[in-house]
Amino acid sequence: MAMLKSIPGINSASTTDMAVLKPVSVATPGGASDINFSRFIADLPWWLLPALAAIFMMWPLAAYAQSTYTMADATSALVKWLPFLVFQGFVFNILISITTMALGTFAGVVLGLMQISPNRLISKPAWLITQTFRNSPWLVLLFIVMLAFPFKIEIGGLIIQIPDWIKAVFGLSLPIMANISEVVRGAIASVPSGQWEAAESLAYSRQQTLWRIILPQCFKRMIPPWMNWYAILTMATPLVSLLGVEEIVTLSRQAMAAENGRPELLVPFYGFCLVIFFAYCYPIARGTIALERKYTVKL
Amino acid sequence: MSETEWTPDQPIVSIKDVHKSFGDLEVLKGVSLDVMKGEVICIIGPSGSGKSTLIRCINALNDIQAGSIQVEGQEVNAPGLDKLALRKKVGMVFQQYNLFPHKTALENVMMAPLLVLKEPEDEVEKRARALVKKVRLEGKEDNYPGELSGGQQQRVAIARSLAMNPDVMLFDEVTAALDPETVKEVLVTIKDLAAEGMTCILVTHEMGFAREIADHIYFTDRGVIVEHGPPKTFFKAAKDPRTREFLSQIL
Repeated sequence: MAMLKSIPGINSASTTDMAVLKPVSVATPGGASDINFSRFIADLPWWLLPALAAIFMMWPLAAYAQSTYTMADATSALVKWLPFLVFQGFVFNILISITTMALGTFAGVVLGLMQISPNRLISKPAWLITQTFRNSPWLVLLFIVMLAFPFKIEIGGLIIQIPDWIKAVFGLSLPIMANISEVVRGAIASVPSGQWEAAESLAYSRQQTLWRIILPQCFKRMIPPWMNWYAILTMATPLVSLLGVEEIVTLSRQAMAAENGRPELLVPFYGFCLVIFFAYCYPIARGTIALERKYTVKL
Repeated sequence: MSETEWTPDQPIVSIKDVHKSFGDLEVLKGVSLDVMKGEVICIIGPSGSGKSTLIRCINALNDIQAGSIQVEGQEVNAPGLDKLALRKKVGMVFQQYNLFPHKTALENVMMAPLLVLKEPEDEVEKRARALVKKVRLEGKEDNYPGELSGGQQQRVAIARSLAMNPDVMLFDEVTAALDPETVKEVLVTIKDLAAEGMTCILVTHEMGFAREIADHIYFTDRGVIVEHGPPKTFFKAAKDPRTREFLSQIL
């Protein structure tokens, strides 16, 4: 059961102020487990990358020893297709991930702010939307958006075709929105209640307190979990290949088909996908952990 | 009741039979006290006796269930209360300082007059610099709270509150979280304020300070005021056994 963390004076009554020393704790938004994904990736050694690449390339030799297909054949096939896979495929994955993140962040920030509204007519629905999309399978959300969205829209006689990848972006934005909403809510909740009270006692309005006092303090705390979600999202972009969007996995399949669908190519080609995602997400994960450490120590 | 009726010869803060509960826990069980303009009163008592809750009710950080609190004749607990107007009159300093960590000392002092009172910046800056000087923190204007000691932060918090030109200052155990060696610098600042005629209501555990500075001392225990009086008689000739026991433990 997901619980709304209470913010004294915001979505619950002001706390009592008995003479207690509060323990010094710096909460990361939504708890420490929030960036576990990045932590795992960042802890992997850098040499895993060439090691993985080598294993994937040698796979055909080991698995199909009696085959006439050599490692040189597999390598030359991969090298031949590599520019196509990277510049037609992976670049598109990046484009999808960045567009989705932009859209999801914008919607998530709005939803997160709605979640902390003192008006229950705003906060309750926002909470429900957040929990629903946070706890739904991404692929199911993708399919729903894909099938529910019109193929084209008409604006004043002008017919605009909506490309599949735009629909995919909308679909992936939903879980990102919900998770960013939680990041925002968690970050706001992690600001000590004394900050609200101090601003209140200085006659700040709620809006002034939120925008001038609370959110500026949240911003830095939100960056690590935000980057964490970006890496998770990037890793999830091959999902859209199931919907026919021509990203790296779809193109890998096409390339292998063009190479007569030789089974020896499966591991090198899909292995290449794995390696390139790892290569892209690794620095992001390292950066996430570094920032997390920096901001935690500073407070 | 209305604001226009209040004159300075009436109590500036008037608390009558206030009751306050948190859920089933009744923290204030009928507390009454009056504070005249320019008076300094200290509220002492054991932990959990409701003294912090009481002063937080004065600027409506806590609401009350029954009774009445008036500040300059204005009912604090009225349904249509203009909380902002009340809080411009009543300044408050907290145990944990609660400075805004992303702003420098000077910005902490200047922000509320700029944002809330919408005063011109050059005027506010002049006043803020004077206040920083008054709390003896010249040269620390551009330091962030994280770069200041607890005592220094607390003095910035006092300056920040004074920048709103309040009529009454509330101090909620402002030295309780401080290192012993920095307690004194904060107490000196409060003493200066009191000497200038600021109305001060303090919740404190510093008995020596209370004896020195207070015009009147209130002793609370389990949600009621057990005993009160001027420091001389209060400390020397406490009548109630609960007061005597508390004083014997603390002095």
